[in-house]
Amino acid sequence: MSETSHTPPGTVQPVAPGEAKPDTTQPRSNKVLAEILNSSIVISILAVVLAMVVGAILIALTDPKVHTAAGYFFARPGDTIAAVWQSATGAYGALFQGSIYNFKRPDFLNGIRPLTETLTFATPLILAGLGVGLAFRVGMFNIGGRGQMLIAAACAGWVGFTLDLPPVVHLLVAIAAGIIGGAFWGGIVGVLKARTGAHEVIITIMLNYVAFYLITFMLSTQGLLQAPGSNVPKSAGMAENAVLPKLLGDRYNLHAGFLIAILAVVFVWWLFSRSSIGFRFRAVGENPNAARVAGIDVKNTYVYAMLLSGGLIGLAGVSQVLGTVTSGFDNGIDAGIGFDAITVALLGRSRPGGILIAGILFGALKAGGYSMQATQGVNVPIDIVLVLQALIVLFIAAPPLVRAIFFLPKPDGSTRRTRRSAKKEVSA
Amino acid sequence: MSGFTLDKQTPQPAPDAPIVLETVVVRSWKAPIAFGIFTVIAFLLFVIWHRDGNSTFRLSSDGDVIQLPTVVLPSTVTGIVVTILLAAITALSAYLVTTGKKVPLWLITVFGVLFMVGFLSWAAAGKAIPITGLLLGTVALSVPLIFGALGGVISERVGVVNIAIEGQLLAGAFSSAFVASVTGNAFLGLVAAMIAGTLVSFLLAAFSIKYLVDQVIVGVVLNVLVVGLTSFLYSQVLTKNEALFNSPPKFPRINIPILSEIPLIGPVLFRQTIIIYLMYIAVAVVFFCLFYTRWGLRLRAVGEHPQAADTVGINVNRTRFWNVALAGAIVGLGGAYFTLGSVGAFNKEMTAGAGYIALAAVIFGRWDPLKATLAALLFGFTQNLQFALSAIGSPVPSAFMLMLPYVVTIFAVAGLVGISRGPAAAGKPYVKG
Repeated sequence: MSETSHTPPGTVQPVAPGEAKPDTTQPRSNKVLAEILNSSIVISILAVVLAMVVGAILIALTDPKVHTAAGYFFARPGDTIAAVWQSATGAYGALFQGSIYNFKRPDFLNGIRPLTETLTFATPLILAGLGVGLAFRVGMFNIGGRGQMLIAAACAGWVGFTLDLPPVVHLLVAIAAGIIGGAFWGGIVGVLKARTGAHEVIITIMLNYVAFYLITFMLSTQGLLQAPGSNVPKSAGMAENAVLPKLLGDRYNLHAGFLIAILAVVFVWWLFSRSSIGFRFRAVGENPNAARVAGIDVKNTYVYAMLLSGGLIGLAGVSQVLGTVTSGFDNGIDAGIGFDAITVALLGRSRPGGILIAGILFGALKAGGYSMQATQGVNVPIDIVLVLQALIVLFIAAPPLVRAIFFLPKPDGSTRRTRRSAKKEVSA
Repeated sequence: MSGFTLDKQTPQPAPDAPIVLETVVVRSWKAPIAFGIFTVIAFLLFVIWHRDGNSTFRLSSDGDVIQLPTVVLPSTVTGIVVTILLAAITALSAYLVTTGKKVPLWLITVFGVLFMVGFLSWAAAGKAIPITGLLLGTVALSVPLIFGALGGVISERVGVVNIAIEGQLLAGAFSSAFVASVTGNAFLGLVAAMIAGTLVSFLLAAFSIKYLVDQVIVGVVLNVLVVGLTSFLYSQVLTKNEALFNSPPKFPRINIPILSEIPLIGPVLFRQTIIIYLMYIAVAVVFFCLFYTRWGLRLRAVGEHPQAADTVGINVNRTRFWNVALAGAIVGLGGAYFTLGSVGAFNKEMTAGAGYIALAAVIFGRWDPLKATLAALLFGFTQNLQFALSAIGSPVPSAFMLMLPYVVTIFAVAGLVGISRGPAAAGKPYVKG
């Protein structure tokens, strides 16, 4: 271990012990630079930048003002370029003002409101992202976020508007009901996968629709979920005791669901890095055959993982019903979060911390998307946010593509080999 | 990885026989169990909870040259007769299994049709059901599902899991509406739909074959991308000038001279638009080529055992790339049906999950073009049945009818209806060496 002392202080990237061995082929600064450029964080940031650039091109191409300016492009090309610039900066300016800080508002307390909106949007994304990410790490795709959220929302909502319980108890019971609902719907997938070998992707997709129609039916049937005496397929509003309290007073929408999300991040971190079941999860995710040989019950692990994953996604449904939309819900309460969560988990590379950041980023895109759509003179449809999300994930999934676009050096095979041999030396 | 699989295969050269036997046994016992469940349901619905009255089935509409008589069935009696017949078929299938024989496909079909007759006469007690309209709607709803399923079969047979059917359909629908509106030519719209589907396929193929990204992830993300892109362009471009950009000409119905006069079948199958005739051709061609040509053999080889295919000189990744592109073109045609065949104008997310039902049809049809087509027809039928039954005031909540295709698929995938095993190498990227 004496070699670690060679590591020069102040390197930006935490470097593996073996890395510190002086390389004779190229100066160290180059190598450090290459390390940084090829790290997953840089690729992630570049992917986001790339997606934003493509989004800007789309916005500019479809902007009528750009079209008019392009009509006399050869007479005054500057006008077209200015129009393109204005179109893109206008849209992203509105995105920023809708998601982080609005400079048009007079005081700080009003100006910071968009940031709290971002966190409100991020809450269910983080929770559902954790659920999807957990399944990813056990080697499963949970595309059933929509169904799990709907069932969880229905369970939590039913407790929320029918029961009459004392203040704190009511909230806790409602949250527990939501977790159980989501875990149940996810558990079905786990059991079917474990017992029959059915592919979880197909099952989750199908269960999404089953849940959707089930909830639709219950919302339009008196005595189940429909608000008493109503004809609209919508539930009654939540009882006051079952609502998640607002965190920053009534002027902001941010609710205690965000705290639950933070707790869930810590819980998942603990689960994977400190608990024995988390170890089993990781082992099965890395290689189910090896895990089976090592004596891990792979089938039960799948069931537990889907229960937990469904429970976490269920919490996202809970935060929607008891926090964001407390006046009663309809069959669109999931708001596409179940699918967004997949992109959140991929962007966060299924790590709790990464998912937290990715969730906040996509929450910002959502909050800002509404302001892009509403701001006068910009009026970019919010659907551009979906395009941005998809592009970010596509670019992140293919680092070679990002490297090729930005002319980054390829991760050098020889360095990797030296690193491996160096590691052997260190351990020996 | 490659060395590992080779090692595993060498010590056991010919243990094929027991494996085949096992699948036969598994498949056989599922059928009587499924039959039994449905017979019990039939008994409960048709006999215990019977509905009185006569149900009327109208087999021909007023304009037909050859008129078929209207069939009137007394609901209760029909229900009892059907239940007895269903029980007999269940017993027969159980007998067949105990004597070691397979339950033939025709018996399953007869069972299904009988159950449907019983169910319809139960649901429509005291009312009339126009059978022609029911079947016509079935075909209309099935068209995108069938195109989607064909594309899915090709793509999965060649070894690339195609979750992006939904995106390909939506891209096809959008571009066909746009191009057909601008040019005023529906055929150009059809071509545009094929190109759009192919482009989505290119992305799927490029990311999954070249960049080795997990195919399911690419598929899901591509669906999100296409939904976002088409919705964005719809709001930003199409709605600004509906007359110019989003009013495509629809294909006219073409009556095929003699065939369209066949009672019941004629109006349903042979008084359709050109897209549906293309569909008949596509199903036949894909089926024939997949199983009886060199192209099909290579395609299946690449999907089942890419290493073996590579060894005999087939370029695995090129075969995959171009066949996935072909699959995209076929699915794109199904997307064009939304705008040029049925609805007439593009709308946000107008495919509404048809791509996922098509995927279900692929699995339920066991990766076989013909069976997948039948599965798509079945799903289209249950969807349309819900419309027909809610029109006459059905006793079953419409949500449960809409749920049916998905529940059936879960049963199919879970192996309760029959074992479903896909191409061996589907979903696994092939890295040479």
